[in-house]
Amino acid sequence: MEIKVLGTGCANCKRLLGNVNECIDRLKIQANVIYVTDLIEISKTGILRTPGLMINGKIVSYGKVNTIEEITELISRI
Amino acid sequence: MWSWLNDQLLKMLWLKDFIQWFFRDVFGLVEDTLIYNSLTFFAYDVIKIFILLAILIFIASYIQSYFTPERTQRILGKLKGIWANVIGALLGTVTPFCSCSSIPIFIGFTKAGLPIGVTFSFLISSPLVDLASVLLLATIFGWKVALAYVVVGLVIAVIGGTLISLFHMEDQVASFVMERNTTQSIELEDNSFTLTTKERLKYAWQQVITIIRKVWLYILIGVGIGAFIHGFIPQSFIETLLGSKNPFSVLLATIVGIPMYADIFGTLPIAEALVLKGVSIGTVLAFMMAVTALSLPSIIMLHKVIKRKLLVTFISIVSIGIIVMGYVFNIFSYLLI
Repeated sequence: MEIKVLGTGCANCKRLLGNVNECIDRLKIQANVIYVTDLIEISKTGILRTPGLMINGKIVSYGKVNTIEEITELISRI
Repeated sequence: MWSWLNDQLLKMLWLKDFIQWFFRDVFGLVEDTLIYNSLTFFAYDVIKIFILLAILIFIASYIQSYFTPERTQRILGKLKGIWANVIGALLGTVTPFCSCSSIPIFIGFTKAGLPIGVTFSFLISSPLVDLASVLLLATIFGWKVALAYVVVGLVIAVIGGTLISLFHMEDQVASFVMERNTTQSIELEDNSFTLTTKERLKYAWQQVITIIRKVWLYILIGVGIGAFIHGFIPQSFIETLLGSKNPFSVLLATIVGIPMYADIFGTLPIAEALVLKGVSIGTVLAFMMAVTALSLPSIIMLHKVIKRKLLVTFISIVSIGIIVMGYVFNIFSYLLI
């Protein structure tokens, strides 16, 4: 599984990244977490609000810092 | 009746009375000493701002849950001419986004085909005239000042955006922003209509926590500086520097404020202390606007997507707007306070 956190480096984006890592530790799953700060990359996804969360190339959430429970839910849907 | 509500609920005079009683009778400090003045100012302001902030962010966020940037983009896409700038500036006041989202929004709006002037109207008004901060401004300086602040902020945003349109600076935007990518673009669901009341309340509550977590340190620093000014800096010194005697006070306040990066919530206590020390309202508002509208981090970020000429134009328009506003407010300040 590939999980991307999209953000320009603000506090909210870093908190989402922390939550994603924490979530993966708890679930004990194999996942490749990438923190994308490149503006061109982010703009290509079309999101207007950061942080964005992408799982396997698909935007699943944007504009909010998801809780660990919410991330678990999003991962389970894949 | 109205003034009682205003004093007790908005200015929280009960809290002021309580804190003065606390430091005077429980701590045994002597009234009107430096330490007493600074401590009461600090305690009263910190408690007041945090209570007000929680309530105001909650109300503002609930309203804002109806206005996502996605929806703003669609509304603005249908408008033309100066109306697009006016609505853009108005929507900027209610659209929630953290300062780090301004670049994705700029890119998204431009890619969607919005004129850059309209996007700039939105980007100028958004940090400048934030709903929660205007409410907080009203509690400290009264409704007339808050209303005047909103109107002036919107006017600067509309004029700024319109001027940028007139200068035809589309070539000043980084090329990757102008590329319309058809393959990658996704239809993002817009949930501004479909949320239930419960979800909106949850969103509003999350915003309260997120924003307070983000700004609490700025507020403490701001109130700290405010308390220091209040207790330790002599009135005559501030009056000479920033008072009506100095014709360059507004200019000075704006230039000092521009590179500063602080939240409007952290700036308010400093503004409050300055007004108490006799600084004119226009000078103080110019300082606040300069701090919130422009900052070094946001300028650096913006430089990644727009070229120097447009960046300089943008900064100049906003700065001149703020300076003119400051002098006008000082001239008419007798109408406001």
